[in-house]
Amino acid sequence: MLAAHVLLAAATLVIVFPMLYAVQVSTLEFQEVFVFPPKLLPGAAFTDNLQRAWEKVHLGRLLANSAGIAVAVALGKTCLSVLAAFAFTYFRDFPGKTLLFVAILVTHMLPLPVRIVPTFQLMHDFGWVNSYQALTVPFFASATGTLLFRQFFLTIPPALSEAARVDGAGPLRFLVRILLPLSLNNLAALFLVEFLYMWNEYLWPLIVTTSDEMRVVQIGIKMLVATDAQAEWNLIMAGVVAAMVPPLLVLLALQRSFVRSISLGQEK
Amino acid sequence: MEGRFPGRILPYALLFPSIAVIAVFLLVPAVEALRLSFFEVSPFTGHGTFVGLANFGELVSSEIYRHSLKVTLLFAVGVVALGLAGSLAVAVLASLRLPGFGVYRAVLLWPYALSPAVAGTIWALLFDPSTGPVTVLLRAVTGLSPNWMMDGTYALAVTVVAATWKMLGFNIVFFLAGLQAVPQELREAAQVDGAGAVRVFWRITFPILSPVTFFLFVMNSLYAFFEVFGLIDVMTQGGPGGATEILVYRLYQDAFISARWGIASAQSILLFVMVGVLTLLQFRLAGRRVVYA
Repeated sequence: MLAAHVLLAAATLVIVFPMLYAVQVSTLEFQEVFVFPPKLLPGAAFTDNLQRAWEKVHLGRLLANSAGIAVAVALGKTCLSVLAAFAFTYFRDFPGKTLLFVAILVTHMLPLPVRIVPTFQLMHDFGWVNSYQALTVPFFASATGTLLFRQFFLTIPPALSEAARVDGAGPLRFLVRILLPLSLNNLAALFLVEFLYMWNEYLWPLIVTTSDEMRVVQIGIKMLVATDAQAEWNLIMAGVVAAMVPPLLVLLALQRSFVRSISLGQEK
Repeated sequence: MEGRFPGRILPYALLFPSIAVIAVFLLVPAVEALRLSFFEVSPFTGHGTFVGLANFGELVSSEIYRHSLKVTLLFAVGVVALGLAGSLAVAVLASLRLPGFGVYRAVLLWPYALSPAVAGTIWALLFDPSTGPVTVLLRAVTGLSPNWMMDGTYALAVTVVAATWKMLGFNIVFFLAGLQAVPQELREAAQVDGAGAVRVFWRITFPILSPVTFFLFVMNSLYAFFEVFGLIDVMTQGGPGGATEILVYRLYQDAFISARWGIASAQSILLFVMVGVLTLLQFRLAGRRVVYA
């Protein structure tokens, strides 16, 4: 057991080390990055580095953009997939049900690269290039979310909705009063997954935004890295810290729900 | 029909937002990509000329495209093999529920929160040819100090390591959930019968884990094919000499740098075929449902 524990601790350290080292370098002066042997204690230059990175690529604006689109997409996807899953599980069969279900499943097979040119042309036709609509609306539908909620709703005893129906409650009332409060774990888990997905999106913001004010923080990292001279790692890592702290905080807040919704899903 | 509501209009109204978004932003563009793949589109006038299958013919015979396909496959095999083996090993250790289990499980998930671009930037620092700790360590131990930014093989290896690392947290959490679902009695019974720990793992635990393994195989493959653009763009921009130019990077170049929309759309269609194969595999072979499948 001791050997296993040592191994696990070592593996964990190796996995976390890159993040710790990034934080470490973000606290150093430019020259301190290059000393040998490498400095292992934090320096005092973090706020200075962050401020310079902040000014160089307008980090504040980029972070606000990323946060805005990530929250909007996570909320949009969660709402739309709850509604869709509700329609599929709690109504008597309606014409076209299977076809519509397949249409939602098919989104799994259409990641952005397989439709990138026409989707970009569409943004152009809509006049959405370099807009927040372009960064959010095309992402609102979610096969993952619809499947997640459908699967969860199927585990809830039908007696519950039957009772609501007999009592004269309409479907929407049942959804809001009974079903949503039971779904908090799954709501939080899906919000987490989709927030991270959108915060970390790179290719679409790269092609669909054209002005500095509309850029997102991922592109800001690239702007910090892309210099001809020797990379200013301390500055770059200050930007990396700024880009990784918000999603880490969201992860810390919601990971319990995430882990729980995975283990629930596997019991069936 | 117990517990189901009657409704003629409401189900459609509830589905409308999802279906509208999917139709407008996914289905129509996908069909349009197929149409465009048969055209040669002028970058200057935007005027398209029907060329039949010529775009596909050009891709199939193109050295650059075939090389990019090879790079993508190598990259994906590396990410999937390293990622699944590494995270399964860590998950097995973590599943022993040693003291501090909750802390380990939480900390191990962290890399999942990072973007491919951030992961790539951090690993570019770790492998920096002059100051990177990995370079320094390598030099101390082996006496070699390869400059991965100049050497194609090393560059591909370093991008694979960075991309794999980013997915470890996600993989570990799913393997852990799978391991916890393996009935304890089963393992104990095998041990009573005299099977060693290694044998119990390969004969009992691993087969029971196979749906999770398969799900992760598909997820990691899709990730390696479609979601590492930012990592490549930050680390190598496809270089040196195309050594890390994965298919999506090639597609980006043709679509948005050279504005060759016909040939870019043909590449999209070929990518669609690859997703299709992976998705069908998923639906055919996934025995048990896993959440997020």
